[in-house]
Amino acid sequence: MYTTELEKQPAPALVTMEDPASLAAFEARVAADEYIEPNDWMPEAYRRTLVRQISQHAHSEIVGMLPEANWLTRAPSLQRKAILLAKIQDEGGHGLYLYCAAETLGTSRDEMIDALHDGRAKYSTIFNYPTLNWADIGAIGWLVDGAAIMNQVPLQRTSYGPYARAMVRICKEESFHQRQGYDLLLSMVKGTPAQREMAQDALNRWWWPALMMFGPPDDNSPNSAQSMRWRIKRETNDELRQKFVDATVPQAELLGLTVPDPDLRWNEERGHYDFGKIIWDEFYAVVRGEGPVARERMEARRAARDNGAWVREAAAVFEAKRAARRAA
Amino acid sequence: MKDWPLWEVFVRARGGLDHRHAGSVHAPDMEMALRHARDTYTRRMEGVSIWVVRSTDIVASDPARGEALFEPAASKIYRHPTFYELPEAVNHM
Repeated sequence: MYTTELEKQPAPALVTMEDPASLAAFEARVAADEYIEPNDWMPEAYRRTLVRQISQHAHSEIVGMLPEANWLTRAPSLQRKAILLAKIQDEGGHGLYLYCAAETLGTSRDEMIDALHDGRAKYSTIFNYPTLNWADIGAIGWLVDGAAIMNQVPLQRTSYGPYARAMVRICKEESFHQRQGYDLLLSMVKGTPAQREMAQDALNRWWWPALMMFGPPDDNSPNSAQSMRWRIKRETNDELRQKFVDATVPQAELLGLTVPDPDLRWNEERGHYDFGKIIWDEFYAVVRGEGPVARERMEARRAARDNGAWVREAAAVFEAKRAARRAA
Repeated sequence: MKDWPLWEVFVRARGGLDHRHAGSVHAPDMEMALRHARDTYTRRMEGVSIWVVRSTDIVASDPARGEALFEPAASKIYRHPTFYELPEAVNHM
């Protein structure tokens, strides 16, 4: 899972003190679609932007495990439970690939997790919405992971090698997430009227947040131009959002569900769907941590870390003892 | 608490192939490193064998000196079989 890179406060204008020759060589390499690797020279702003973007992406994967875990013990069948468990394990794995990629830029796992837990770092706003019924698990797979795939596919060619390689691995696994979600909803719409209603209710609540996952409109996305030039981002927020709408509307029709947007219609001339206005105030409120369950998410994260501390310490002490014995 | 040490993970996809770098994991010791590598990088039958090695034990060449290291090979095209144009009759050699 993923959302576009965001900042809590707009960054102050950067004064670059970089060596102009190194900077020019770097820009040329990136423009030629070469990959930048950990020990290569890179401008500080590139490094900083990547650490922020990759760690935010990693946090989103880890926090994304929480809304799904909410339904793990109440999955309607053993098979659905096994599938959900595998998906949640994947999200954990995705977080680990990404933390490792960020660590190659000189930050530590510990620093990143601290930044998440004390609110300095962000994660995708989508996880600050609650999962109210079982169909939400389907909607998350279909829409949230679907939007994530749209975002992530171009990132397989992002300029930073370790990030691009993590993305290749993640994209392969993400397709399972989306398909199992759609499959779940397919069986619900074929079920009782109450089950159909749950599926529609889930679409009603997840549609707009899914569109917001692509981030602010292009004319209000301050870092986009530089990130595009550095190939940290490869398509604009609005391009990706349009792609998502075009791909998803026919899928909703096949389910027999109604997309909750009265302005949605096919535009023959553009060859795309037109869709209604997104209410960005809600998005920014959720970015600021005002989502219905933002507090709950961070409390769950901190509890997981604190309650597991003794295990990590014991493992470290055990190895230190063994190392001492080996040395003796 | 400080992070556990970092380990690089290499996975052999199937018999007959080389181990290939898959990524890295944190772990306090080598047994745990192997377990974490297995959980993180082989959830879908991606491998039949795993190596882990402490990241600090890897010695890497300096990319800034890449030219000095690798450039000399560029001018030695006679090391490639295609450098030699042989008579038609034996050119499949």
